[in-house]
This record gives sequence, C-alpha cells and structure tokens, in this order.
Amino acid sequence: MNITDFIKKIETEIDEFEAGTLNPDTDLRKTTAWTSMHALIIIALIDTEYNVTITGEDLRTITSIEDLYNIIQSRIAV
Amino acid sequence: MKASIKAISYYLPEKIFSNEEYFQLFPEAIVNKENLLKIGVQERHIIDPTETASDIAVKAAKVLFSEHKIKPEEIDFLIFCAQEFDYYTPTSACVIHEKLNLPKNCGALDFNLGCSGYVYGLSLAKGLIESVGVKNVLFLTSSTLTKTFHKKDKSSLFIFGDGATATLISANNTTSGIGEFIFGTDGKGANKIIVKDGGARNSLSESSYIDKTDDYGNTTNDSSFYMNGVGVFVFGLNTVPKMVTELLLKESKEIKDIDLFIFHQANLFLIDKIRAKLEIPEEKIFNYMKNTGNTVSSSIPIVLSEAIKSGVAKKGDTILLAGFGVGLSWAATIVTL
Repeated sequence: MNITDFIKKIETEIDEFEAGTLNPDTDLRKTTAWTSMHALIIIALIDTEYNVTITGEDLRTITSIEDLYNIIQSRIAV
Repeated sequence: MKASIKAISYYLPEKIFSNEEYFQLFPEAIVNKENLLKIGVQERHIIDPTETASDIAVKAAKVLFSEHKIKPEEIDFLIFCAQEFDYYTPTSACVIHEKLNLPKNCGALDFNLGCSGYVYGLSLAKGLIESVGVKNVLFLTSSTLTKTFHKKDKSSLFIFGDGATATLISANNTTSGIGEFIFGTDGKGANKIIVKDGGARNSLSESSYIDKTDDYGNTTNDSSFYMNGVGVFVFGLNTVPKMVTELLLKESKEIKDIDLFIFHQANLFLIDKIRAKLEIPEEKIFNYMKNTGNTVSSSIPIVLSEAIKSGVAKKGDTILLAGFGVGLSWAATIVTL
C-alpha cells in the first residue's frame, strides 16, 4: 500500500473527485463534495481494501488525506 | 409444540413523500443526488399527524386477518413492538387488543425496540409457543419515527418512512420454523440514535429546542430525533457480519445452506458492503425499501412479506433474518417457511 494508490482508490470510488484532483494535503472535509454519504463511502472503502475500521471520530480529527493514510497504516501494523 | 411463521401482512400510511418532493425541500442536496440514491429509497410513506403507531398496527392486523382469513378469536397472545406508544400508561397492546376484538383470555404486551425488534419478537413468540403452550401469537410492529424528525433533518427525512406489520406465528406438531438466535446489545451506543428530551429522563425545556448542526450540515435538537449516521454505519459494518457468522456456526450451516438473506433495510449501500464482507452471492439477497424507506422494526417483515408475495421466498426455504440499530441492539435468526 502507498498513498498514491490510496488516493487513486478514493478518486475511483467517489465520482465527484476526478482523477488527479486529490493530493496528500487535501482536507476531504473542506472539499465542496463532502457529505455524510462521502464519509460512509470512504469508511467502506478502507474496510474493504485494508480491513481497517475508521470511525466518524477519526474523520473529525484528520486534516489531510495523509493523516487518514497514517491512521490506516498504524492499524494495519497492529 | 413447535413455532412457525404462518402469515405476514403490512400497512403503509397513504401519504407519500417522494424524492422529487425531497429535492424541492432541500435543493442543496441535489449535488449529492447520485450518492443519496445509493441508499435505495425513492419514496416513503408518512403517517398522518392524527394517527399513532397503534392505529396503523391495528390496520396492519386487519389486513392480515382479511388477506389470510384469520379470525380474531384464534389469537391467544398479542405482542406489540414499537417505540412510540399511545400513553405513558396503559400498555398500547391492551388498547390494540380491544380494537381488534381479541378474546379475553389473550395475553398482550408491548416491547420497545427499533430495527432489531422483529427478530426479538420472533424469539418471544417462539418461547411462548414452545415453552408456555400458546397457540397463535399475533406479533405487530409499528414505526412512526417521522413524527420525531426536525424539519431540517435532511438525512432522516431522506432515509426513513413509517409503516406497520402483522405476523401470525402458530404452533404445530411437527417442525420448528424458527431456529436459533444470536442477540447483542451495546448500551454505550445509546446516544447514537436518540430522542434525548421528552421522556422520563429529561423533560422538555427551552434548551430542548435549541437547534444544533452537525459536521455534515444536518440540523436537529434535543426534542427531536438524532442519529449519528456515520457511527451507526460503522456499527453495522462491524457487527452484522460477525453476528451472521456466529449464527451460521450455531446452526452448523454455511452461506450455501441459506436460500435467502434478509437484512434490516437501513441503507442498501451498507447492506451491499455487509453482503460483500460475508461473500454472500447477490442473488441470495432480497431488499425492498425503494417505496418504503427504512421502516425500523417493520422493515424485515415488509421485505419477508414481499419476498413471499413475489415468489422469491418459497415454502420450505431457509431464510436468515438480521436486525440491527437503535440501542444499540442486534439480533439474527433463521426461519423456515
């Protein structure tokens, strides 16, 4: 797993994010597309791809895709 | 004696709230339309303000009686599952008992559960028949949750609809049509789906009406329904596959032994993720929420009734039912038609 693949997966899963528009610094919650449905799609994506549970609280603490990626990495490592 | 489901019917309130009306009311949600449609709801039925949960439960029972030629005098126990009751006291089931002209020697009780309620009710009915000697249990579910919604709560207004169901569970000499159960509760999650004020714990006060908007632009207050939708989604994704796996183990069955899986109709996007985690073939899933929305304790019996009506579920089929939601509470069982 690397962050580039992770970003590609988000762009594939969420139609509103066109390929190449997201980067590690992007704050998902500040994108115009962000709604609770997007939170569900991201949570389901991470559950399916990495078998890691991300909660609503996790999404509240992150300020970038990199933060989210780091949470996933830390939980895969455990 | 053994217990099995004999008949199911349901009643939906006349008033329909369509997606077209929804997007007129919340034009800002149109940009998110494609994603919202993944939930699987096109329209919902909304209860008339003058009616209560017990009123539509009575209507569902009358539909059951007439569709399946059941006589009220055959019923010797009434169970009513709801979250909105007519009075602080008496029990709504006693009020329903009178309206349905059920016999004097018929027991009647209410229990308060939401989305897991149908499976819990089946366990009570099974116990009454197989341990206590009751012959015919009339099990009613009713949800009128839309009455509790804040008018700006755009998530709940999209997802939920009202409805009531009636199931007849009867005794027979030969085979049990209701199998093993898995139950679960996590009271730490009580605040994930809640109407905080207006019950015995917190009386209504000025602060009950102070509007709050969450991270996703959804507005409600403490006198109205609140759901942490993201939290409930995570709960469903984690809990339901485990519950199904445990039940299959308890029954010494595998996915291939089950003809049909019916999940509480919370959200079709979630159900498909649960399906994928369990590796259940798509043809073994039956959903029905397009015209109803999430009807809480009524959702599983509505789907089951539609599966039977449409021929998807046939006599002798083994069907796994899984409910999960408010409480937090969950339960699953396997029924044989």
